[in-house]
Formats: sequence, structure tokens, C-alpha cells
Amino acid sequence: MTIHQLSVFIENKAGRLVKVLNVLKQAGIQIIASTVSDTVEYGLYRIICDKPSQAYRLLREQGISVTMNDVFALQIDNTPGQAAKVFEAFGSADVNISYMYSFLLKDKGIIVFRTGDTDKAREVISLNKMHFISEENLSEL
Amino acid sequence: MENNSQYLHPQYETMSREEISKLQAERLQATVKHCMNVPFYQQKFKEMGITPDDIKTVDDVRKLPFTTKQDLRESYPFGMAAVPLRDCVRLHSSSGTTGNPTVILHTKRDLDEWANQVARNLWMVGLRPDDVFQNSSGYGMFTGGLGFQYGAEKLGMLTVPAAAGNSLRQIKFIKDFGTTAIHAVPSYVTRLYEVMQEQGVDPRRDTKLKMLAIGAEPHSEEQRKRIEEMLGVKAYNSFGMSEMCGPGVGFECQEQNGLHFWEDYYIVEIVDPETLQPVPDGEIGELVLTTLCREAMPLLRYRTRDLTRVLGRSCPCGRNHIRLDRMRGRSDDMMVLRGVNIFPIQIEKILMNFKELGNNYLITLTTDNDNDNMTVEVELAEMFTDDYARLQQLNKDITRALKDEILLTPRVKLVPRGTLPVSEGKAVRVVDKRKVYQ
Repeated sequence: MTIHQLSVFIENKAGRLVKVLNVLKQAGIQIIASTVSDTVEYGLYRIICDKPSQAYRLLREQGISVTMNDVFALQIDNTPGQAAKVFEAFGSADVNISYMYSFLLKDKGIIVFRTGDTDKAREVISLNKMHFISEENLSEL
Repeated sequence: MENNSQYLHPQYETMSREEISKLQAERLQATVKHCMNVPFYQQKFKEMGITPDDIKTVDDVRKLPFTTKQDLRESYPFGMAAVPLRDCVRLHSSSGTTGNPTVILHTKRDLDEWANQVARNLWMVGLRPDDVFQNSSGYGMFTGGLGFQYGAEKLGMLTVPAAAGNSLRQIKFIKDFGTTAIHAVPSYVTRLYEVMQEQGVDPRRDTKLKMLAIGAEPHSEEQRKRIEEMLGVKAYNSFGMSEMCGPGVGFECQEQNGLHFWEDYYIVEIVDPETLQPVPDGEIGELVLTTLCREAMPLLRYRTRDLTRVLGRSCPCGRNHIRLDRMRGRSDDMMVLRGVNIFPIQIEKILMNFKELGNNYLITLTTDNDNDNMTVEVELAEMFTDDYARLQQLNKDITRALKDEILLTPRVKLVPRGTLPVSEGKAVRVVDKRKVYQ
């Protein structure tokens, strides 16, 4: 019910992102989605890619601070109000979202999010028959 | 009898160089004999094959062993006492974070002589019994508190033990008590001025301030001038260290051209920190002090680790006691920040307790808006979370732990592995960007 996401700890300085991207480029790894959130001093660069385990290993070998963890990815129709519907369901089940980001993939909206209440989130997803993406079908998309 | 002189102790302050040498030779002989009561020195003399009879002139001080802070630590707590403990009335202790603390003992006479030195300094810069002296320095183990308290009282001033902090109350005292002189670390003076501005208090118009004693924290001539402009009064540089007694050891006269070190109380040497040989006047070296009047804990050739140079041995003020430049650095890695002495190893010890952190760290000292600040950058060992809240919590925990250790709140910055500079061989741990050693 979840997919792997890489989180790279980067300094908020010019050129830091390129170093990470070059490692992935040289290994022919395809980035599906990524986002950088920043504080004044450092940033977290979050990546969804087609070969997360390989990417994780390569980045670590390059001495880059990276962690791999599981996040939920839901597919929604690309029409107004879909995201609201999804998060209303989590909200009323009292599932707190730590962070989320979304992107379009072949006319479908994808919402990626992380929560501390993983079990409850799974329940909500099953109960509402939400269309989730798992690691296996990620590369098929 | 009222003293109308510009000197509090004219018989000592205006001695000629010959008189100073003669007095020092006598006092050195007595001190060395007294040191025979200390097993540490007995042993040293034996190893070096010297006896008190070998010491006849001031220059013979060079035959004597050096004493280091480590020696004091190893003799913790009372191993360096030259008198029975029942004759001691006070002890001061430094923090023990880099090993055992150091303990400095005082007899009643030691305290009295210490107060005399401080009183002499304050008189020298123009303070008299009708002045009101506010000591805005930390009290307790920090000798800047009680040292100035006893000295200012000895001079006969109304003395306000305001201690550090609570700036609003400080300013109220200054106004209500008619404070004419303040002692504080330079960064705190700056803070006081900021609060005065916020409160609409004009130090020139609303206070009777006429003089500041600043010390215990390295500061540049520029900083001093800025402080003088802020408050519209003279600021005099004070030097002290608890091993000698505390403040009082050296002080600027009204010429503000170097600090007079009182040679009736100390023998001053400037040596090359590597070879331990004397350096010529004017050249920078490590300050080495021998006490001449201490009863409880005489110290021979104590290596202060402070770097300075001799400016001269005469002065238009009429005092021929050696004049030394403001401290220009350290021959060890100790940092002095807002009056607090900090060794990098203290920081390191704390950082290494966090399993999330790697081994590389960098301490940067800066002056921002006249305040000295410390930034500690430290590398993460492994990325352990994708959650900001966890990173921020780690940041907070580190800051808190460091504050408990060094008593100041540093700015902690987490950085990725491999981003901190590692120099060839020894890692650079401290970058001091403050313009204090100029």
C-alpha cells in the first residue's frame, strides 16, 4: 500500500542539488517526482524514483546523507475537489498528515503523503476504497 | 588622613625600576622558601637540583620550574596549599569540565592583598570614596564578582553587587543610586546600552556614569572605543585570572596605553610558548606569572596561555610597573566568550553523546551587533529521518545539552556528512571571526 521515498539532507547552498541529481543521472535512474522543502539552513530533498533501493545505495556510497522510507501515494481523478475529498476522510478519522505533495502523471493526480498513524491511514484507504499505488505498480505507471 | 594623591599606594606605585627589582628579589626568595611547604614544588626542586638558596636575583626566576593548569588539576583539591587549610578562608574553583576543576585557596591576608590590588586600579583611573560602584559581573565562583566587590569596598566606595543580568533593574540602580562606575564584561555593557536605548535612557543626560572597567573577555581597541562612545565615558581594560587571585593583576591607567601589571605582586615574563625562552620586549609571547605575595597558594612561573607583549616599563602616569598590551590570543585552544572560558573539547564531548551526529564539527565565533556569538556546525552521521520535526527536535536537544555544559546558548546548525572542512592532519575546530585580537 506504500511506496519508497528517498529523503536527502542537503545544505541550503548553491550546487548541492546537482550533486545528488548527477548520481542518479549516471545510473540512469528516472525521477518520477521530487520536492525540496527548506529551512533557513538546510533542506530535505524528497524523491520518488523508479529504482529507489539502487538510488539509495548509490547516494550513500557517495557520502550523501540519505534515508529511505515508505510513504502513501494515492491516485485521484484530475478534477476539482478530489484532494479535498481524500483529506476530509483522513481528517475525520483523526489521521494527521506530516507532509504531502502532489503531481500529475498521465492525466492522473498523484498525492504523496506521510503520516505518523500508518495503521489508521491504511484503514481509511481500504474503507474508502481509495486508489493507492504500491511499489510494484509504480514502475508500470 | 585624606589621600589627595593620584596614587593609592605611592610607595609601591612610583617605585623606580631598581627599587622594583630589589623588592621582587626579596619577595621571590621568600616565595620560593614558602613553596617548600608544597610537595609538588619540593619534588620539582629536587628533580631540577635547586634549593631556595639558588634564588638571589629576579632573573633567577628562570631557574624555577613552570606551573601549568594541568598541575593544578592534578593536585585537586588542596594539593597546592602552602599553608594548613585552617588558615584558609576562601576558595574559588574553575569549572571541571575538561578534567578535575582547579581550586585556588586564599588566606585572610591573600584576600586583603587582592582587594588592595583592585582598589589601587580603581583609584588609578580616578575613582574615590564618594563614587558609587556597580559591579555588574557574575558573582559566585567567578572572581570578577567578589574580587571587585572587596576592592571597591576597600577603596571606600558605596558598592552595589548588582551581578550580571536583569538589565532593567541594572539601569534603575544606575539612575536611582547615582552609579558613577560600572564593572562588566564588554558584551554586557553593550547589552546595557541597548536596553537603555529601548527605555529612552540617555546615559549622558540621565546617569552620573563616569567610568567603566571592562575585562574577562577579549575585546579589540575598536570595541572599547565603541563602548566609550555609546556611554560617553572612559572604559578601562582589566586583566585578572583566578590562579593569581582574580581581577586586579593588571589594569590600564588613564593613559590607556597598555595594562600596568603590578610587579610588587608578580614577576612578569613573556616567553616563547614552544621553547619557553624569554622573547625580547615588543614581541608577542606567552604571559608567565610568578606570585610574590600569596600565602595560601604561591605559584611559580604559571603559564597563563595568554599571548601578549611588553609595551614598556615607564609611563607618563609616573608608574614604572611593566606595561603589557591587551591580550592578543591564546597559546592553547581555549575560547573566551562573554566572559566564559570554553575549550573545544567540552563541545566535542557533548556532540559525541548524540548517536545521530558524526565526528566532524566546526565552532565559529562571530561578533554580531556587538554581541559575541558561537555557532556550532555539526555533521549528521546517518540520515535518520525524513521528518523536519525530528531534525528540529535534535537541534533543540543539542542546543540544550551544550548550554548546560558551557552556560551559553550557541546556534546549532546540522550539516550533511562531508561538508565541513577537514584540514591536512589536524582538523580545524574553531574559527574566530571576532575582531578581538588586534
